[in-house]
Amino acid sequence: MTIFSEIGRYLLMLKGMFSKPENMKMYWKEFIHQCSEIGIGSLGIVTIISIFMGAVSTVQTAYQLVTPLIPKSTIAQIVRDTVILEFAPTLICIVLAGVVGSKIASELGNMRVSEQIDALEIMGINTKTYLVLPKILAALLVVPMLVIIAAALGIWGGRLAGTAANIISGSIYDKGLLKGFLDYNVRFAMAKAYTFAFIVSSVPAYFGYYVQGGSLEIGRSSTKAVVTSCIMILLADYLLAAILL
Amino acid sequence: MIELKDIKKSFGDRTVIRGVSAVMKPGQCNLIIGASGSGKTVLMKCMVGLLKPDDGHILYNGQDFTAMKTEEKAEVRKQIGMLFQGSALFDSLTVEQNVMFPLNMFTKMTHREKLNRVNEVLEKVNLKDTNKKFPAELSGGMKKRVGIARAIVLNPKYLFCDEPNSGLDPQTSLVIDKLIQEITVEYNITTVVNTHDMNSVMEIGDYIIYMFEGNKEWEGNNKEIIFSKNQRLNDFIFASEFLQDVKDMRMLEETGKISEDRNMEQLIDEDAPSLIPPTDEEQENKQ
Repeated sequence: MTIFSEIGRYLLMLKGMFSKPENMKMYWKEFIHQCSEIGIGSLGIVTIISIFMGAVSTVQTAYQLVTPLIPKSTIAQIVRDTVILEFAPTLICIVLAGVVGSKIASELGNMRVSEQIDALEIMGINTKTYLVLPKILAALLVVPMLVIIAAALGIWGGRLAGTAANIISGSIYDKGLLKGFLDYNVRFAMAKAYTFAFIVSSVPAYFGYYVQGGSLEIGRSSTKAVVTSCIMILLADYLLAAILL
Repeated sequence: MIELKDIKKSFGDRTVIRGVSAVMKPGQCNLIIGASGSGKTVLMKCMVGLLKPDDGHILYNGQDFTAMKTEEKAEVRKQIGMLFQGSALFDSLTVEQNVMFPLNMFTKMTHREKLNRVNEVLEKVNLKDTNKKFPAELSGGMKKRVGIARAIVLNPKYLFCDEPNSGLDPQTSLVIDKLIQEITVEYNITTVVNTHDMNSVMEIGDYIIYMFEGNKEWEGNNKEIIFSKNQRLNDFIFASEFLQDVKDMRMLEETGKISEDRNMEQLIDEDAPSLIPPTDEEQENKQ
């Protein structure tokens, strides 16, 4: 299958998601379930990565700022902007592409191979609406929240590492955080978060939904889903930076 | 009633169904039989709308299913129940939740009413005390029965069973066959069964289609199949010597030559030229 027919089929899948739900209550239940799966399920890894990401940023920035002419509060400024602009949205979404993406692809792939999707179709349920749409909507709601949490934890992790290693005092770090703060950066980070949320949910859903074969193919499609999502995230990251900054 | 009118289906250059027509009536078990690759699964998938035929029409009670819009198809599908080869139960749901799923999706019944209906159908398929079990905890036969329970919970007009006996022991297969037949007659459902199992053919085949390389090679019922002169059908059904013997016995039964009161020995004692070939001497005397 050529890349154009893959893209065409992906777009048709997205188009096919929009139909009237057979039972709103069941769809709502599925949406909440997906919010919990994607959000709560990824909270642990997001917390760990964010704290260490901030901590490493502080230590490495301090290591490079050797001149006494630059005030130490600049470390906090650099950590804040790096975390908000790049680390929290991009790095976390790449991790989510692995954690959430592989889960979505293998879940749908397994349902396809074991004929559960066919069973739903025969019941008269639009499986794209019931299985794919709640995942994408849940990701659009939850991933930006995770990015905000990641940014906050990253900045806090930087402060923790800075004070623990005697690089910077807490008060100077706090003062640096407020210096030259641009709220546009947060809006830009949110634009990235929504874009990446769509990618990490819809791309693996596509690979899982259309899997053909057996368990081996489920594994392959899962890997393909993660790799494609990561590439798409990096591509979208560049495009958004080029357009919005 | 389901009518198939000249159904054709190809995948690329490979033609899988070459113009199949048939009429499947309610209250009877309609069997599609044939060797692997003969197109029976594709035909069934076309009938339920999982595949779109390239040509021909599928009519559900006179309504052309192939010409329907997606929403209209969804309405017809609500009257369809299907038992899949691998049961296709939702792994993360218990037996009760699996069977209740169509009720949750398509009815406005209270939880109590839904629970009563679930217990009713589970009892119908002889499954008790399994409500809280997950599919992984069930045997193959039990999974099939849960699949049947889920398929009939909405009182469908049409029941499709894709190889219901695959992977089951002969005794359990018999239970599943009897169950399908009972349900078909009791609820006056149009049942379509896709099978390899010769026991099913003999037991529940009210109307049988034999598929060969995408064509409908033969049609009839489980009585007529015994006397069929179609060589391909005979080669397929009575493939082993044992099955050939079973066929001979069934023929004798059907023609009244043997019964519970009149066994094989009596038949041989009497004049039974069809059973014992005449000796050369007898042959000469006759002439």
